Amino acid sequence: MKRIYTIEDACIGCHLCEVGCVTEHSLSKDPVKAFLHEPERPISRCTVEELHGGIISLSTTCRHCDEPDCLRACISGAIQKNAEGVVRIDTEQCVGCWSCVMACPYGAIQRNLKKKKANKCDLCPDRKSPACVDACPNRALVYREGSQK
Amino acid sequence: MNYVIVGNSVAAVGAIRAIRERDQQGNITVISREKHNVYGRPLISYLLGGLINEKRMAYLPDDFYAQNRINLLLASEVVGVDTKAKKVKLAGGDAIAYDKLLLATGGDPFIPPIEGMSGKDRIFTFTTWEDAAKLKGIAPDINRAVVIGGGLIGLKAAEGLNLLDKSVTVVELADRVLSSAFDRPAGKIVARKMKANGIDVITEDTVVRIEGDGAEISGVTLKSGDFIPCDTVVVAIGVRPAATFLKGSGIEVNRGIVVDATMQTSGKDIYAAGDVAEAADFFSGQKNPMPIWPDAYIQGDIAGAAMAGGTKEYAGGLAMNSIEFFKVSTISMGVTNPKDPAQYEIHTYQDIQNYQYRKVVLQDNLLVGAVLVGNVDRAGIFSGLIREKVDMTPFRESLLTPDFGFLQLSKEIRNRLFAPQGKVADNGRAARAAGH
Repeated sequence: MKRIYTIEDACIGCHLCEVGCVTEHSLSKDPVKAFLHEPERPISRCTVEELHGGIISLSTTCRHCDEPDCLRACISGAIQKNAEGVVRIDTEQCVGCWSCVMACPYGAIQRNLKKKKANKCDLCPDRKSPACVDACPNRALVYREGSQK
Repeated sequence: MNYVIVGNSVAAVGAIRAIRERDQQGNITVISREKHNVYGRPLISYLLGGLINEKRMAYLPDDFYAQNRINLLLASEVVGVDTKAKKVKLAGGDAIAYDKLLLATGGDPFIPPIEGMSGKDRIFTFTTWEDAAKLKGIAPDINRAVVIGGGLIGLKAAEGLNLLDKSVTVVELADRVLSSAFDRPAGKIVARKMKANGIDVITEDTVVRIEGDGAEISGVTLKSGDFIPCDTVVVAIGVRPAATFLKGSGIEVNRGIVVDATMQTSGKDIYAAGDVAEAADFFSGQKNPMPIWPDAYIQGDIAGAAMAGGTKEYAGGLAMNSIEFFKVSTISMGVTNPKDPAQYEIHTYQDIQNYQYRKVVLQDNLLVGAVLVGNVDRAGIFSGLIREKVDMTPFRESLLTPDFGFLQLSKEIRNRLFAPQGKVADNGRAARAAGH
């Protein structure tokens, strides 16, 4: 299946992947409205790590594992994997126990503390290519076929 | 091929998926003594406390059984296994033949004999949907409850009752709550939060007698001599593998059903997974029951794979818990409270006033345990590093920094973890991953 890969050497720590993610998961899908005017700003499902003042940076997100540890740890059944291999979370069903946060070795599940719901990358089901990938100015994020299903 | 699965919780789901991945044709029969489809068992405290409704107890959509063509026998109890005839015996007298059998019966609450217990109406356990429903049913009549046991089950029962505005006292024999999963500071933070929310927590004491006339409870007397008035008692001392039905079957049962790395028991074509199984520990390799939800799924998956002819091996159970009490998040994993601290390197950070605490435990330069209270974001990176046995020597100073992440590790490790074939925690599937 297609997954998102990070080319660390090309990442400049601009956080535009996060902006793209928040915008895509907002009501308006408009960055200004999403960040400044919507009552509940979504949280980003990708995480940009920075070290030494941003000299090294890396955007990490869900790997949609073949055998997802998050799914196995989920006590409510909110996390499921579809036939295409995409791991998604049903936030209605999520009880905010953070078992997925405990289990994901990539640290790729975010806590929405306001809503007490876990969030994760859903590979943007309404788009051809994930918003973070499209937002990356220098192709540090790549969406392509990897190994396994 | 006739697959029979006894038990209908998460280990069964892991097994069903693993079987169907490999065998679309075989018959799968699932037998459960409970009357519900698979449900999120740890959600019973949310149900009791009114945080979720009954609809959200469902762990999977109702069509899961039809989709996987499962012959589901609910409210049916297995009373024995005839390994020679390859049949399981049901309470009603029926027998069901198997080619491959999975025992995933979970745990039964342990109820020690307590003086004055017999004949009392309002003594409950708290491990099933039925238990939560019973407690919820009588909730309007509860004035004061005593919960015996300050482990996860007891504290969650106490929290559920507290959310219903019931007055609750927890009585714990150890010197702190959550003594098995958490260390002292984490247990203290949780106890402090519970007390702030009106739950009494009594430690280093136990209930010796339940008082009251006839079926009614008037209170409990503690070993210390103190008397706590109450009308309801919840016994939450722990669970024991539900394996008594195997007596006389010849299948090896120690504390739980003893299994090998493929989850096979001492009986041919008979497997066990989940809380009833006694499988190898991740660190020591010694066999122990490990009643933990994610582990039950993993064991079920491995057993199902083996039953359907696959080859997968269990990497060993890694204890981990994520529990929230009154909005304080806590995650613990691995070795959190070593008996002999001199053998370990321990780093901690604490800000008890703000319910923040962090602890990492290293042994021979490997991360072997962690406790996180408050900020638990990205805790799974730690569980991945434990499972992957990454040498922490160059990074040990960074482990407690609030933004600890992959950039603190070496580029080489990152390249491995984030490569298309990479995965920190593969639960013993390294050989397979290496094939790509």
